[in-house]
Amino acid sequence: MIEIKNISKYYNDIQALKEISLTVEKGELFGLIGPDGAGKTTLMRILMTLLLPDSGEAKMNDLHVVKDFKKIRHIVGYMPGRFSLYQDLSVEENLHFFATVFGTTIEENYDLIRDIYYQIEPFKNRRAGKLSGGMKQKLALSCALIHKPKILILDEPTTGVDAVSRKEFWEMLKALQQKEITILVSTPYMDEASLCDRVALIQKGTILDVDSPSRITEKFPRKIIQVHSEDMFRLIQDLRSFPKAESVFAFGQFVHFTGVDDEVEISELDKFLTDRKHRHVIVEEIHPGIEDVFMSLQSL
Amino acid sequence: MKADTIITVKNLVKKFGAFTANDNLTFDVYKGEIFGFLGANGAGKTTAIRILCGLSTPTSGDIKIAGYDIYRETEKIKKNIGYMSQKFSLYEDLTVSENIRLYAGIYGIPSKKAKEKEAELLEKLEMESARKKLIAGLPLGWKQKLAFSVAIFHEPKIVFLDEPTGGVDPVTRRKFWDLIYEASNNGITVFVTTHYMDEAEYCNRVSIMDAGKIEALDTPGKLKERYNAKNMDEVFLKIAR
Repeated sequence: MIEIKNISKYYNDIQALKEISLTVEKGELFGLIGPDGAGKTTLMRILMTLLLPDSGEAKMNDLHVVKDFKKIRHIVGYMPGRFSLYQDLSVEENLHFFATVFGTTIEENYDLIRDIYYQIEPFKNRRAGKLSGGMKQKLALSCALIHKPKILILDEPTTGVDAVSRKEFWEMLKALQQKEITILVSTPYMDEASLCDRVALIQKGTILDVDSPSRITEKFPRKIIQVHSEDMFRLIQDLRSFPKAESVFAFGQFVHFTGVDDEVEISELDKFLTDRKHRHVIVEEIHPGIEDVFMSLQSL
Repeated sequence: MKADTIITVKNLVKKFGAFTANDNLTFDVYKGEIFGFLGANGAGKTTAIRILCGLSTPTSGDIKIAGYDIYRETEKIKKNIGYMSQKFSLYEDLTVSENIRLYAGIYGIPSKKAKEKEAELLEKLEMESARKKLIAGLPLGWKQKLAFSVAIFHEPKIVFLDEPTGGVDPVTRRKFWDLIYEASNNGITVFVTTHYMDEAEYCNRVSIMDAGKIEALDTPGKLKERYNAKNMDEVFLKIAR
């Protein structure tokens, strides 16, 4: 269990975290969702006892992040955002090294990493620096797990990773969750939010909302209208010139439109576009996604 | 109506020793289109982009970029293309203005014209106040917008974007795509790689590479139809998994 109470952190005069409070339950898969500079890494480094907060308190399984830092280090596994294993050691040597540092052996906890490690075991004599992105990620996760941590903290493990490897990685996390490991994971990919039990949307050091992904989108009060026509560039330009337009942004093959005070009707918009000679026009109201919610909250 | 071809690739092969990074690639890119170049990590995208930019020579194949031959006219190619990647684009220890001037100088834009264009650009990006600030201190979203604008400052025929939008918030990411649409609308061909599958939907056509080969190439709509998928994410997973 992770308990965070009123944590603030400054870097000179920039406030990276603004009185953040948050609880992650035991065995939960919890996502910190936000862009670069939101404060995700700072928060994780404080929890990992690598950085001191300026004010506030945090506990990891009832251990205090400042007073009990040594004890915490034995029960947490950490995968930093930058690949931080020894590039000039082999796959197996890295794993062996981390096991030894924590006073254990690969054999003792092999059960926990088997499903992940077997995929890179054929390359166990290869130097870590020579692995592909996806394999590095699997090795880093294996090393973070080899001492059987109770809490796992993963800082943007899927950034810059292709869609296939990202999907596989989330499947691994789901499997680890079954082994009663509490997992805190950060990501800038909004679509990954739906894979977490609960998420915190974070921006500029402030938590915008905390809830289950489905609750976050259900309780969102705004009316989102999805629009499509053949000429995307002109569609965006035209929609932005609509008198009651509040926000107009591309979402895949569609444009998501919100009107001022949500007073724009489907029929109005349809007529507006048809008058402007758009072809194959689709205008429909849809349920918002996490990204819609985030974009709306961040502009407040 | 078939648009003019700006990139022609016929039977491109690139080998590193026994390893074939690009295995017989053949495709055309049309003038002014936004062409999405997708693939898993290690599929061979970066190798191909380096060749198309004239930075690396293929093992075999016929390739023309903006009408220039990839073997004999690499310097002409470089003058006619722009390039931006997430990893490197701007000099962190130079100011915004210095970066613009440096690129303008490299591409031989006369200083009077460069000065005018710089003022126009900074006004458009709403970055006038940051003119004398070091790149290192700017928010990532600003850097990406500026890097893209600098990459097309010399009005190239084609701009290559290698994962241009990683790590920014969803609004900033979309504002960046506004710039891409604008460039495309002005006739610049955009060749872009991305890991965001919703961005693949913004492209006119998309190619998907797997293990050195192009497995699929079509409009997002037709790819979804063919692979019976709801979105490009599903198409990608069906091909690359």
